[in-house]
Amino acid sequence: MKKNKYTIGVTGLNAIDNPGPGVPVIRALREANSFDVRIIGLSYESLEPGIYMHDLMDKVYQIPYPSNGTELLMERMAYINERENLDMIIPNFDAELFSFIRLSTRLEEMGIKTFLPTPEQFEERQKVNLPEFGEKYNIPVPGSEPLFATDKIPELMEDFDWPVLVKGKYYEASVAYNEEQIRIAFNKISAKWGLPVIIQEFVHGTEYNVTGLGDGKGNTIAAVPMRKQYITSLGKAWGGIAISDQKLIDLTTKFIAQTKWRGGFELELMKTKEGKFYLLEINPRIPAWIYLAVGAGQNIPEALVNLAMGNVVKPMKEYHAGKMFVRYSWDMIVDLKEFEKISITGEL
Amino acid sequence: MKIKKDIAVSETGLVFNPTTGESYSLNPIGMEIFSLMKEGKSTEEISGELLEHYHTDSSTLDKDIHDFMEMLNHYLLLEKDEEE
Repeated sequence: MKKNKYTIGVTGLNAIDNPGPGVPVIRALREANSFDVRIIGLSYESLEPGIYMHDLMDKVYQIPYPSNGTELLMERMAYINERENLDMIIPNFDAELFSFIRLSTRLEEMGIKTFLPTPEQFEERQKVNLPEFGEKYNIPVPGSEPLFATDKIPELMEDFDWPVLVKGKYYEASVAYNEEQIRIAFNKISAKWGLPVIIQEFVHGTEYNVTGLGDGKGNTIAAVPMRKQYITSLGKAWGGIAISDQKLIDLTTKFIAQTKWRGGFELELMKTKEGKFYLLEINPRIPAWIYLAVGAGQNIPEALVNLAMGNVVKPMKEYHAGKMFVRYSWDMIVDLKEFEKISITGEL
Repeated sequence: MKIKKDIAVSETGLVFNPTTGESYSLNPIGMEIFSLMKEGKSTEEISGELLEHYHTDSSTLDKDIHDFMEMLNHYLLLEKDEEE
């Protein structure tokens, strides 16, 4: 039977030390059995490494930052769509997700599908809303409070024990052992990611992550848990192993069933010495380590595309625990002409 | 004390706990004890089998087996922890 060929736009081509998920998502799509793909890379910066990976990209376009407004982004998407006739877009950055969620109806009218969380799902899992989320769905979460100004630190700290985690709205976190360290982290993180900064109870234990896919009706289409084995100074996994903890699978299934989660996601959890899991964060997108899930037997990006296209997708229950990923860095040699083309014309 | 059912050990002595993702390497004698435990043998049976192959006295061997099992328990590789 002839396979469908989909043209898919993918963001997150920054395969750097704090990697975006775009490159592994594209690898997964290229390995899909149920369809063929034409990949349109969507980049923000001229030095995102994925731009120059010609065996993965068919064409790359620069797109405007979310901070420039959704209208500009929509104009650019219309321009790209005229040339490429996109079937779908998979956005991979936390910071751009809200724009794409807002634009999803208009994109659909242009013939471009997405498979993203609803605005309500996106909002209620925000870091600042995590305590309410935990209470609503009966999932243990560490205590946390938003912090808007440094003069509120002493008052806020009456409710916490030391140390605490100081977290950015979208990215970054650091451990603080005193008020001065909170102030330093607050200034650094708020300058980069805006307000509020979140102060979170520090849960001692081992970190686990789960990536999965919900069909928007409460069904778990995929779920693969992983333990980070090698962590960079930014807290990113540079090596990890797929594990088979039933408690993690149950928690993920419960999360999807209760929220009716739509799309890919990553749960960040901490397991205490007593074996209790705390949900630290919900990332409303596919994580950068997604290729481990593919290697372990669950091609989540492929299933995501099929869900978006309205194809029948059977839940994937099996995967190989013990499969590992080991990340590496690789220097590509790039001609100045290519850099010039993407920088000046915004296309490559 | 029983080793948890899902704990796997390779021919070269790599023990993998699929629930936690932790792995450990065993030396040859550790592997021998581990394999006997996997077969469901009791501490006395393991001690008896090893005494046939190694020049040592039973009290030293019993202590070593006990220490080894304590270590397995510490790393949550034994069924006993599940019940506690």
